[in-house]
Amino acid sequence: MYKYFPHTDEDIRQMLERCGMKTMDDLYTEIPDSIRFKKDYDLPSEKSEMEVRRFFEQLGKQNKPLTCFGGAGVYDHYTPAIVPNLVQRSEFLTSYTPYQAEISQGTLHYIFEYQSMMAELTGMDISNASMYDGSTATAEAVLMAKANAKKANRVLISETIDPKVLEVVKTYAHFQNIQIDMIPATNGATDKEALTQKLSQGDVAGVVVQQPNYYGIIEDFTGIADACHEQKALFIINSIAADLALLKTPGEWGADIAVGDVQSLGIPMSYGGPYAGYMCCTEKLMRKVPGRIVGMTQDNRGQRAFVLTLQAREQHIRRQKATSNICSNESLMALWVTIYMAVMGKKGIKEAAQLSYNGAHYLYEQLLQTGHFTIAFEGQPFFNEFCVRYDGNVDALQKKLTDNGIMGGVKVDDHTIMFAVTEKRTKEEIEQLISLI
Amino acid sequence: MNNKLYGNLIFELSHEGRRGYALPHNTFGDYKLPQELCRKQDASLPECDEMTVVRHYTNHSQNNFGVNSGFYPLGSCTMKYNPVINEEMAALPEFQNLHPLQPTETTIGAQAVCSLLCRSLKELTGLHAFTLKPYAGAHGELTGLMVIKGYHESRDDKKRTKVIVPDSAHGTNPASAAICGMEVVEVKSLADGTVDVEDLRRILNEEGENIAAMMMTNPNTLGLFEKNIPEIAKLVHACGALMYYDGANLNPMLGAARPGDMGFDVMHINLHKTFSTPHGGGGPGAGPVGVREGLEPFFPQVSPYHGNFAVIMRAFAYILTLGKEHIKEVGPLATLNANYIKESLKDVYELPIEGLCKHEFVFDGLKDKSTGVTTMDIAKRLLDYGYHAPTIYFPLLFHESMMIEPTENESKETIDGFIEVMRKIAQEAKEEPELVKSAPHNTPIGRVDDVLAAKQPVLTYRSMKNAG
Repeated sequence: MYKYFPHTDEDIRQMLERCGMKTMDDLYTEIPDSIRFKKDYDLPSEKSEMEVRRFFEQLGKQNKPLTCFGGAGVYDHYTPAIVPNLVQRSEFLTSYTPYQAEISQGTLHYIFEYQSMMAELTGMDISNASMYDGSTATAEAVLMAKANAKKANRVLISETIDPKVLEVVKTYAHFQNIQIDMIPATNGATDKEALTQKLSQGDVAGVVVQQPNYYGIIEDFTGIADACHEQKALFIINSIAADLALLKTPGEWGADIAVGDVQSLGIPMSYGGPYAGYMCCTEKLMRKVPGRIVGMTQDNRGQRAFVLTLQAREQHIRRQKATSNICSNESLMALWVTIYMAVMGKKGIKEAAQLSYNGAHYLYEQLLQTGHFTIAFEGQPFFNEFCVRYDGNVDALQKKLTDNGIMGGVKVDDHTIMFAVTEKRTKEEIEQLISLI
Repeated sequence: MNNKLYGNLIFELSHEGRRGYALPHNTFGDYKLPQELCRKQDASLPECDEMTVVRHYTNHSQNNFGVNSGFYPLGSCTMKYNPVINEEMAALPEFQNLHPLQPTETTIGAQAVCSLLCRSLKELTGLHAFTLKPYAGAHGELTGLMVIKGYHESRDDKKRTKVIVPDSAHGTNPASAAICGMEVVEVKSLADGTVDVEDLRRILNEEGENIAAMMMTNPNTLGLFEKNIPEIAKLVHACGALMYYDGANLNPMLGAARPGDMGFDVMHINLHKTFSTPHGGGGPGAGPVGVREGLEPFFPQVSPYHGNFAVIMRAFAYILTLGKEHIKEVGPLATLNANYIKESLKDVYELPIEGLCKHEFVFDGLKDKSTGVTTMDIAKRLLDYGYHAPTIYFPLLFHESMMIEPTENESKETIDGFIEVMRKIAQEAKEEPELVKSAPHNTPIGRVDDVLAAKQPVLTYRSMKNAG
């Protein structure tokens, strides 16, 4: 017996007897002796709850949480207290994919709410129930573009996209033999002339850009959608979700697919995960979207109800002909951002985004005033993250900031640092950072 | 729903001007965004006070069934207990507040958790190296197949584009192969449910030089151990292909056998199954991939950072808690529970394949088919009695598949209660078939119209409003 195993010796005896067996070993008689594992695992001995706690607390002391001025795709936004509290409710936490709609309306309701909110935020027609993260959502969007194109096998990606997202997209593309062609950047933003020129060469299934881009710059996508559609290519915009509270939406830019990560909507940074990816698109592409989708229907009592739908796209029905191999969504994280958006509401997400914007611009001015920093991309508007050139040694500066409990941005190259600010950062924290320069 | 008000969507509880948040005042001064780059209209998110939001989601949760609510014998999903201590450990601020790009000297503890988990997984599977990057089981499958393709490509063996998959395999297997740019070749099952080695031999003889790998779950989706696995691995290796182990069914192997020893070269593990991390309504999970020595250079970049780190924390807390003494009891107890249910019900439910099962088994509906009561009806009737339904209509080998997996955490009393109800439903099917066919009766909603949902898709609140 053990705390997670309720079997008494008598239970085991009776249960074996029902199975016509004498010993527990009889349960494995069909396994060839040559491959039976008979040793003890080379693992530590069992630990009490107190010992487990002490173990992790000790390990935790070897980490050093920092006041975060880093971003590059992951942002230190504030999480209202009710969010983790509600997400941890075990009826959410310990359930699985809502196959049995009659006892899963909780999950189905919140996924429907999530889809509705993400469609609003991105200005797109529909949303799926979420993906693993922003990078895999972008990769899946590229696969969608390829599947949508009759023959075209080339996807254009702006050089201003997050290089870590690009790497994941390239991995997927490699195995599908999709050709990735990079669109060069001018002054930190997508070179639209180069883009148009590449598009006019034909054989383009899709175009991928990022907003704000990797360097924090808010790009102007005017004209790109039309240029894409002339060539029957899909226009894909990867946006940082929280920033869409204020920014022109992928829908307004004329995108066919909007993807990205929802981490910026109050999900803890957690050393890289779990987060969730979003994927929204036009109604036209509805039956080509990967992943779970929840729709409205009725029950046999005439009540409104929600259910997993459009499943003919999915792997458990279509097997190798499915639109994707994705099985589940990132449901609990979708719940996390749904509650976040519900409690922050229409005004709160704007206010948080504006505070982040203000803080970043304040820090930017303060940095320039030190005389050690110059603008990296002249005249480019940025959101809550920006690049500056430093006249000293970037590594040494970041080391000094780290020693003082500050994550001093993300290094772009030997002379350039990228700083991010969220609504969590105070004026005092910014002043401390400045004082260390 | 239970209550009309709380059956609403959050949008329906919204009132203009209400708010549920309070942010610090702006101390930085006013900075204006360029208007031409701003959205024209605010996103129509709800406007609610805090308590309304709390009640709304609390009520949603009460219309849900989880492992903590009751018995959840969903086959192939390993719905085991999710220890609460693991949740607390994963939420420790010293871990939760780490930015993934922080200087490495400030994340030593987090790195240690990752390497300790890898070490444990290697020991438990008999493989050489693990990557923790894949986010889920299907993501792990894809990653593993990329390793295999990368390996063959590195040897300039580019003809190997086909993957052998048993006809009983999980749907993700063929789908992952397709996403990896590979073709699927199906190998038949024998009447006893295991892989037909002769059919495999035929495939390998005909096109062995085109085969990149064979994917298997062992025990397979019928819960049967593929006892010919040493021979299968030998045949596949002899033709130059690799063996892939779908770790979805790893649970009964803890304490019994290791995939590495069975002859597998690459595998994924569903941490949310075997290592007790919560399923979360459909994720986040984690799908670490392990490989035999020499294959680790082919790990692809399938995610930007360290995988689903908080899930990794939970899985390692589970391994630490059980320790070497108890982790080896997991497989045998899960297997005992499954066999006990099978033996207790096979006189009323159709057991298509007799004999020992591992952590799960499949019934092909009721033994007495004359009542017209289907597996779907039985599943729905189980909900009335407070149980989650088994996995139904999978695997595709039988018409009325009902896949039952109890896990090691369930007590004899719980299982006896389930057995009693399953027998009662079989009785009802004879005496009052309509009662079963029209189930469920005691749930907040009745049977839903799947066809309507797919025919007239309403996927957002906006389109719901527009549709009136």
